[in-house]
Amino acid sequence: MSEEMFGKGILKSLSVSLKRFVETYLDDLKWLGRRYRTAEGITHRGSKDGRGIFTVQYPEEKIPVPEEFRFVPFLVYDEGPDGEKIMRCTSCGICSRVCPPQCIWITRTTDPVTGRPIPDPAEFYIDADICMNCGLCAEYCPFDAIKMDHDYELASFGRNVFDKARLSKPASYYEEIRPVNAARENAARAAKEAARAAPKEG
Amino acid sequence: MVPEELNSPGYDIPPEARGQVAITTLDRIYNWGRSASVWPMMFGLACCAIEMICAAASRYDIARFGMEIMRPSPRQSDLMIVAGTVTKKMIPLIVRLYNQMPEPKYVLAMGACASGGGPFKEGYNVVSGVDKFIPVDVYVPGCPPTPQALLNGLMKIQEKIRGESLKTSRWYQKGPDSVEMPIPLLGPDLIDTRKIALIKPAAKKGQEA
Amino acid sequence: MATPAPVSAPAFDLSARFPGIASPDTRPGYSGWVIPKENLPEVAAALRDELGFDYLSHVTGVDYLPEGKMEVVYQFYKTTGGPGLSLKVQVPRQDPIEVPSIVSIYPGAEFQEREVWDLFGIRFTGHPDLRRILMWEGFEGHPLRKDWKEAYYEEDIKPFKSRWPEGKHVPAEDKTPFGDNVTYPDGFDAEKWIPEDPEKALYGALARYQVQDETGLGTEHVIVNIGPQHPSTHGVFRVAAILDGETIVSLKPVMGYLHRNHEKIGERNTYLMNMPFTDRLDYLSSMSNNFGYALTVEKLMNIKPPERAEYIRVMMAEMTRISNHLMAIGALTNDLGAYFTPMLYSLEERELILDIFEAVAGSRMMCNYFRFGGVVRDLPEGIPEKIKGLFFERLPRRIDELERFLSENEIVRSRGIGQGVLTAEDAIRYSASGPLLRASGIPYDVRRAEPYSIYDRFDFEVCVRPNGDIYDRLMIRFDEIRQSIRIVQQAVRGLPEGPVMAVKPAYTVRVPPGEAYGRVEGPKGELGFYIISNGKPSPWRYHVRAPSFINLTSFGPMCIGQKVADLVAVLGSIDIVLGEVDR
Repeated sequence: MSEEMFGKGILKSLSVSLKRFVETYLDDLKWLGRRYRTAEGITHRGSKDGRGIFTVQYPEEKIPVPEEFRFVPFLVYDEGPDGEKIMRCTSCGICSRVCPPQCIWITRTTDPVTGRPIPDPAEFYIDADICMNCGLCAEYCPFDAIKMDHDYELASFGRNVFDKARLSKPASYYEEIRPVNAARENAARAAKEAARAAPKEG
Repeated sequence: MVPEELNSPGYDIPPEARGQVAITTLDRIYNWGRSASVWPMMFGLACCAIEMICAAASRYDIARFGMEIMRPSPRQSDLMIVAGTVTKKMIPLIVRLYNQMPEPKYVLAMGACASGGGPFKEGYNVVSGVDKFIPVDVYVPGCPPTPQALLNGLMKIQEKIRGESLKTSRWYQKGPDSVEMPIPLLGPDLIDTRKIALIKPAAKKGQEA
Repeated sequence: MATPAPVSAPAFDLSARFPGIASPDTRPGYSGWVIPKENLPEVAAALRDELGFDYLSHVTGVDYLPEGKMEVVYQFYKTTGGPGLSLKVQVPRQDPIEVPSIVSIYPGAEFQEREVWDLFGIRFTGHPDLRRILMWEGFEGHPLRKDWKEAYYEEDIKPFKSRWPEGKHVPAEDKTPFGDNVTYPDGFDAEKWIPEDPEKALYGALARYQVQDETGLGTEHVIVNIGPQHPSTHGVFRVAAILDGETIVSLKPVMGYLHRNHEKIGERNTYLMNMPFTDRLDYLSSMSNNFGYALTVEKLMNIKPPERAEYIRVMMAEMTRISNHLMAIGALTNDLGAYFTPMLYSLEERELILDIFEAVAGSRMMCNYFRFGGVVRDLPEGIPEKIKGLFFERLPRRIDELERFLSENEIVRSRGIGQGVLTAEDAIRYSASGPLLRASGIPYDVRRAEPYSIYDRFDFEVCVRPNGDIYDRLMIRFDEIRQSIRIVQQAVRGLPEGPVMAVKPAYTVRVPPGEAYGRVEGPKGELGFYIISNGKPSPWRYHVRAPSFINLTSFGPMCIGQKVADLVAVLGSIDIVLGEVDR
């Protein structure tokens, strides 16, 4: 090695580490207790102005997930006037057709008398151990019936195959996790229904 | 500071002794120690391993759970995080690593691939879930699970450890020290040694069909 | 130093140089030249020495089952830039299928020819070390042949009929005779089967490649295996080496431990379904993979995304490059002995970029954000401001800090400078690409050499470093991060308003028959997709030119003569991701 090794570079490296160490306490002082376990504190730590400690202390603190965040899909149902669940899914099968790893199984209900399909799936399975959380099912569902969930705390002691009961969640939950998307879709659906109703009146 | 749950074995502590005396059961203190010092193996297979690295980095900081000491050697680790797609070429080595881990040992299947094959399940070189060859304690779905989802899975491992008892733990009983899982072989395709007797008749049947 | 954007030259006429030998590929939608297999070495040598096509980009096979033909496709480029040239060799589909090897002319073909042998069963005569590369020796069959069916085979093309309308959840393993994802040759008797030593071929090859000891001292050589479970192999990668004392005299990488059959699955998927699968190729830079794939299919479909989408695409791709290089810097310094500290600092900045991906695309790593003709959705509210804040105020400062932290560090310098040298000539010969190539002094960057998307509008420099050692490969990543920051700054400033999709979003796309090779400058090098469409909903052939796989070809030569401790540093400086190496 021709280069001389005085350790200056290493000292420089250490000074960077020391600076970070000190910054944590300076920032703590600046925030005076509001830095931890508060929503604004968590946001601040993950922003461009964050300095010093970067850790978010899960499970006491959780990083807020953005609206578009996607995990395993779920089925949306509307709540009827007497609390019954009206599935938005019509078992048209588009989600199972676009699913890249083919992890959606749907059994269509047929009317026992006429033999015609009824728009409500008899069974709906998603194998969460195959699902790649890609979101294509939700993207191409024409009825806003399948959506990507935000709930990532799904660790379990067994394999995860979700059936219809496990997958169904109310529309109010959907509106809560994805307010912007839900508002836009609701408006579009209302407009469509109005357009369909209009010619009849006229 | 002693965690509250540790110090509540069901005996009343006289008020004057509170804060000075702790009563606990041996099981509790044993499981408390173990659950707060689970050393995972530094062992990543695929995409999920990157999220595992992120979980070990500063934002999620696995060290808060006493798990930051990732050992590259199976001999020093308690937990195997199977993070990623398990392939046929890799599974003999994973089983061997599992066999080399000392008891008590735990396995966490991280992500869809390790749990049940994942999006690549239909592939010719992919094992349909690591639980076909080694016992899995906790499954974390997601593709990939976010670091927080992994931490959630690790808390499930802790939960499982806390539910165990010295009296019933297999590794303190008489008998073989640990359960060796048979290592599959690489032949014309993956050969599960437990199924060798079954392969010939089935291969014949496949021929007829 | 920036190379000027070349004007697209007219298609090169090979038949003028090889009359009667080279004939143009006249199938509709195809291009390139078909030559008889006997003339391949001669033509390849002339391409390199006379015509300036010194860079072999990729070699792959295609199985034309209905026509009873196998084809080997070669793609060449000039390192001075400009459009490429593709050569095709067609052979009848009867075993043994043989094609002459061009490893002696283009050593970069070594691993790729092995891959074609492994997956297609095309034998390359004259290849110095023709073994399986992704599957193991002794595996039955060549999986990418169209008549080879795996255990879980359901139908040729997705979607499968068993999913809807009578879908009952049955795990795939319950449908096979063996109850698992396995299939054996007819009448296979596992009880009588005698396992061969799986490492015999590997160790034989190691011994053949051994460099001769000049001292004449009779020292005993030892074989050392590193990986697949090793903290410094960046995943499930294995290296087998022969050591003379501590010096490496022969080295072979062993891969395939993460071979997830990306291409076989990709030929069953519809075009859209492949998009999320590309995320999982190089899982550190999913946006770049999306970009390459979307560009290639758009080339076939002949559509162009709208302006706003182009800007968003470029921003996302450059952010991916930064996040990938941050990881690479962290991992390399980890290998140099810094343990985890630099990694912690670089991952912190990476997290902030991943936050943007999560808000925009929905996932930190598996973005699945590009569509044919645009991107899925517009940037959510507040994201352009967030990007501005990050890229104007924070990242430049933090990158400087990280560089200060590492560049003068004596340990980094003494372990990096002059170690693991790849000369400029070797880098081209071994088809190295990306930072590995540019750190060896070749200013070759697809963004400049053959500009795609709207890269010709941005002001940035092609980073280049002269020495080709580990230190240069570390520092060039800092340089590239700075250039990427410049591009993102320009893009976010110039972000136009407008739609983000050129066509109506649809889950089935009509792709006219033909072939296309699309490439982008991924963070790891030239990332290419070679797609053949026959007009059906799924591609007939779907091949990925994986930069980290091909960059590994030069790994062995770089390590010979080095100490074993430097092996991990050399590997770290190449920056591989096993999802892409093994696919």
